[in-house]
Amino acid sequence: MIKKNSERMLAALTWTAAVATLGVLLYLIVFILIRGIPYLKPSLFSLTYTSDNVSLTPALISTIIITMLSLAIAVPLGIFAAIYLTEYARRGNKAVTLVRKTTETLAGIPSIVYGLFGMLFFVTTLGWGFSILAGAFTLAIMILPLIMRTAEEAILAVPDLWREGAFGLGAGRLRTVFLIVLPAATPGILAGITLAVGRIVGETAALIYSAGTVPQIPATLLQSARTLSVHMFALSSEGLHVDQGYATAVVLLMVVILINAASAGIARSFGAKT
Amino acid sequence: MNNKLERGMSTVFFLSAAVSVLAVALICFFLLAKGLPMIFRTGPLAFLLGTDWSPTDTPPAFGILPMIAGSVYITFGAILIGMPVGVLTAVFLAHACPKGMYGVVKPGIDLLAGIPSVVYGFFGMAAIVPYTGNSILSACILLGIMILPTVVAVSESALRAVPEQYYKGALALGAGHYRSVFTVVLPAARSGVLAAAVLGIGRAIGETMAVIMVAGNQARMPVSWLKGARTMTANIVIEMGYAEGQHREALIATGAVLLVFILMINLAFSALTRRKA
Repeated sequence: MIKKNSERMLAALTWTAAVATLGVLLYLIVFILIRGIPYLKPSLFSLTYTSDNVSLTPALISTIIITMLSLAIAVPLGIFAAIYLTEYARRGNKAVTLVRKTTETLAGIPSIVYGLFGMLFFVTTLGWGFSILAGAFTLAIMILPLIMRTAEEAILAVPDLWREGAFGLGAGRLRTVFLIVLPAATPGILAGITLAVGRIVGETAALIYSAGTVPQIPATLLQSARTLSVHMFALSSEGLHVDQGYATAVVLLMVVILINAASAGIARSFGAKT
Repeated sequence: MNNKLERGMSTVFFLSAAVSVLAVALICFFLLAKGLPMIFRTGPLAFLLGTDWSPTDTPPAFGILPMIAGSVYITFGAILIGMPVGVLTAVFLAHACPKGMYGVVKPGIDLLAGIPSVVYGFFGMAAIVPYTGNSILSACILLGIMILPTVVAVSESALRAVPEQYYKGALALGAGHYRSVFTVVLPAARSGVLAAAVLGIGRAIGETMAVIMVAGNQARMPVSWLKGARTMTANIVIEMGYAEGQHREALIATGAVLLVFILMINLAFSALTRRKA
């Protein structure tokens, strides 16, 4: 009898925690939707931002530009680094240990520290000023560990037999990597890139003092601009258009849910294939 | 020709791998180079243990203990809330979840990880602050939620790494399903669960935007869980916009102190995960 009771209590505890976790997620989503949707008006999507009409379109466009630029920098670097770690480096090589350690460290550094570094290095030392370019480089370093890790996992999942087959047919190492290994690893790499897009879109602290907070569509890469997340934070700290902030949150939340679904979908198609 | 390309590309691959080493080196160099002189000019003890932060007074005072204390209080509270819920949720995922539900719960938790911190901040402002004010407690609750995905993911993989025989052995000795999980499997996974806590601490101490939006941000020693406090991260974001000269350097030094905290947490995490393997 006592045994049965303790079983039941532990079961209740476990289920309660799981329900609480999911409940918080649902509550958050519904809450943001209820607060934001009433303010989701066409004027919020007008092409220009004014202090009366805090349009989110410029921020949306800047978000896309910064995302593209950061990916253009970090994706090749991350994939090449993963190729080095998996295909080129000898096992137990000291350089590999060092790269793994530093990548782990990089993954744990908080975004505000990236922001400070971006400000000190790209904005001041390199003289780029608060700019899209400085913001994109800062974010590129931030997502590098994520791209490297997912690419490495995807490449490691490619069976050795395939490589041996390619070598046996006379292909060199490079040809094997680009024609056999990378195509097979593409879904895993893509899933990682999608996650990285999510991180970029949600980032604020690393951008405020690197890309700055100008709410207009930038004309050049050396101009300052704000992403959607930075835009939201600016609205909340100015305090005049908090409702529009919730409307922007609805848009951002939708983007994030889409990105997550895409990443999971890609990862699933990958799992089905191998 | 082909040989040249092979060798050229292998250099390119090596250099790409070196970028992350370079990045960590540059980040440490810039923060320490710009932050340490300020710390030593103020005196390390006066800077780290000073309780007066009045950067714009004459003469200015640069003591960041209020912010260190703010970060520690809020992180501690967040762990207190996030750990039990997170570990229990991990137990649910690894040992109690009906097959069909896993495909719903797991993506939900991944989504929780993907929600941007400003969105959490907006949620906190409207759903938590009305009850507990702009306070340490509000920040703890919000951060407790935000670290859940981290805690759940790390704990779940630790639980799954425990050999099946442990569980079966407990069953064979007559323990029920949950009793076996809680008294045998969970203790066996303790180093992984501890690693989850450490990673959660790292997340919580580094979180910036959500905390700023709910914590009140008063730069004074924390007085009560229901009163406001300022974290190191918040200090940087709030004041960097208008700081100049020494004040600016003091903020960068705050970042350097935060970085040292994070590096220590990283070391602890890798020590914990290495021993398991």
